[in-house]
Amino acid sequence: MDWTWFHRLGSPPHVYRIAGRLTPWFAWPAALLLAAGLYGGLVLAPPDYQQGDGFRIIYVHAPSAWLSLMIYSTMAISAGIGLIWRMKVAHAVAASCAGVGAWFTLVSLVTGMLWGKPMWGTYWVWDPRLTAQLILLFLYLGYMGLRQAFDDPQRADRASAVLAVVGVVNVPIIRYSVEWWNSIHQAPSVMKMERPSMPVDMLVPLLVMLLAFTLCFVAILLVRLRGEVLARERTASWVREVIAQ
Amino acid sequence: MRVGWPRAVLLVLRRDLVLAFRRGGEVVQPLAFFAVVSTLFPLALTPEMSRLRDIAPGVLWVAALLSSLLALEHLFRDDAQDRTLEQFAVSGQPLTALLLAKTMAHWLLTGLPLALIAPLVAVAYGVTLEAMPGIWLALVLGTITLSLVGAIGAGLTLGARRSGVLLSLLTLPLVIPIVIFGARATELAIQGETYAGPMYLLAALAVLSLTLAPLAATVAVRIGIE
Amino acid sequence: MNLLDVESLHVFRGRRHVLRGVSLALGAGDCLQVTGPNGAGKTTLLRAVVGLCEVEQGTVRWRGADLRRDPQALHRETAYLGHEVPLKGDLTARENLAFAVGLRRRVDRPALDRALEQVGAERFAGQPLRSLSAGQRRRVGLAALLLFAVPLWLLDEPTTNLDASGQRLLMRLLAAHLAAGGLVLAAVHHPLSIEGHETRRLELGGAA
Repeated sequence: MDWTWFHRLGSPPHVYRIAGRLTPWFAWPAALLLAAGLYGGLVLAPPDYQQGDGFRIIYVHAPSAWLSLMIYSTMAISAGIGLIWRMKVAHAVAASCAGVGAWFTLVSLVTGMLWGKPMWGTYWVWDPRLTAQLILLFLYLGYMGLRQAFDDPQRADRASAVLAVVGVVNVPIIRYSVEWWNSIHQAPSVMKMERPSMPVDMLVPLLVMLLAFTLCFVAILLVRLRGEVLARERTASWVREVIAQ
Repeated sequence: MRVGWPRAVLLVLRRDLVLAFRRGGEVVQPLAFFAVVSTLFPLALTPEMSRLRDIAPGVLWVAALLSSLLALEHLFRDDAQDRTLEQFAVSGQPLTALLLAKTMAHWLLTGLPLALIAPLVAVAYGVTLEAMPGIWLALVLGTITLSLVGAIGAGLTLGARRSGVLLSLLTLPLVIPIVIFGARATELAIQGETYAGPMYLLAALAVLSLTLAPLAATVAVRIGIE
Repeated sequence: MNLLDVESLHVFRGRRHVLRGVSLALGAGDCLQVTGPNGAGKTTLLRAVVGLCEVEQGTVRWRGADLRRDPQALHRETAYLGHEVPLKGDLTARENLAFAVGLRRRVDRPALDRALEQVGAERFAGQPLRSLSAGQRRRVGLAALLLFAVPLWLLDEPTTNLDASGQRLLMRLLAAHLAAGGLVLAAVHHPLSIEGHETRRLELGGAA
């Protein structure tokens, strides 16, 4: 098999160009799907028999939660690739993921809290999913904190890569333990929005939003990746040419 | 005559124990911290025994966790500073084995003593003697896992700024499962009920970290001593 | 035949391209002294050869085997003595040696004492290292070098803190080691002249 495409992926100028070209292919569909999903979720979907219109926040909450996990995995995988195969670009991808992932986690927490207020009367309950998202936010913050604590960018990359890989192995264990903890103490369990029991016209906008958020993430990632690659390679000649344009 | 890695491991273990005892204070400090923190809760909340008994599992575990984290800072730092740690890496012996020896020495000096004096604190919280074996076992298993996972963070923060707080920040989310299962086992022990369920989970975590954590710690240390 | 082969080593420290395509080769009885201004990469070169530094490009071979594939083969036959002598302040000189050497090979008390005598450290062998002067500590480090009994010596500024007699001692030890077929790769500020041995030099460029 011809592996040149893989090796080219390791070349920063190549990645910079490709990321630039691919961005619109993700950004525009993301915008369209976001519009469609929001319309479907906010307008078309019928009110839930239990929660009325309050449930609609799920159209932002569920995709952000799902994405926060997916981004962490992406971050860990690319960090792992950077660590094992020593690809600088892989480390750049991981670095670009971190901030975005933390934001999506924060969004999922805030929307979860907003959802909770009308349902349980308080902004916070120690629900397993909310708690797990909070812990995920700590994992992101730890990763970003570790990166910043090193002066040497190579060591920052590699140390945080180890942390990301260790973290991603831990995430399922943490989630399991939090669910276990919650079931022991029978705290108010939440989110009757189990996806299998959702009627189609509620489900479809949700899936659309999921896809929209994912495309949105990829677009943001590509933009940040370009910036990250430029910053890392700033002493290289190809960068000077790009800036001169 | 060449030395095999088991003998090298024992040498490292012995060295670390000797060093710790020569420094004296180091061994006692985490224990003192544990005792002081445990004193804070009754002072901050209530001296009422029944309420204290309710919060005892949480207090024991949070205090043990924080004390261990304090001690974790020193796991590799001293050796990194006088360059003996990098000599481990070029000694011809498997670095993972040597680091595991250091981690075990650390546990013998911190985790094990914590587990041993925990019953004293538990008594101060109105816990009866029947609960002690369960408390002791849970803390032994939990602190072993804590030392193993903490070694990863200790290695990662070797070259970093503000390493003390950062180490805690990195390690705490990773050890949440230990606290959850351990506190639950302790709670059941205090209530006099069977604690086999969470105890097995605690043991499983210990085994899992024994197999995986040393590898991550080795990679972390290699990055840290560059 | 060359025992140590370094080809086109490129090493980065942070963003600095410290070593640019450095190559060297050492055979039995060879001594190569690496010179250059501060920041030129002398320490980095030694650390890269022993595997403590990430190498961007290039290979280090010991007895034909790539360091990356089998680092322990090199480590078992190498002694790396850096700027600071890697010994614990809270242990005595004798205890330090027993540990450091004991990690590699069995050594008994008489052998330890002989080595300490050879480097003139027997007087303070039972004192905690922390109470010794820098020069005394370096002598203990030299004793470790002897006791390791390995062919390749990687020395970073070996004369640091040594008084005149200490430096003569070092020269004697180096000469004996080379005469016995050992290899020495040393980073130095001023070239050392070792009696009876021709020394090759590798000059590293200035700080980038």
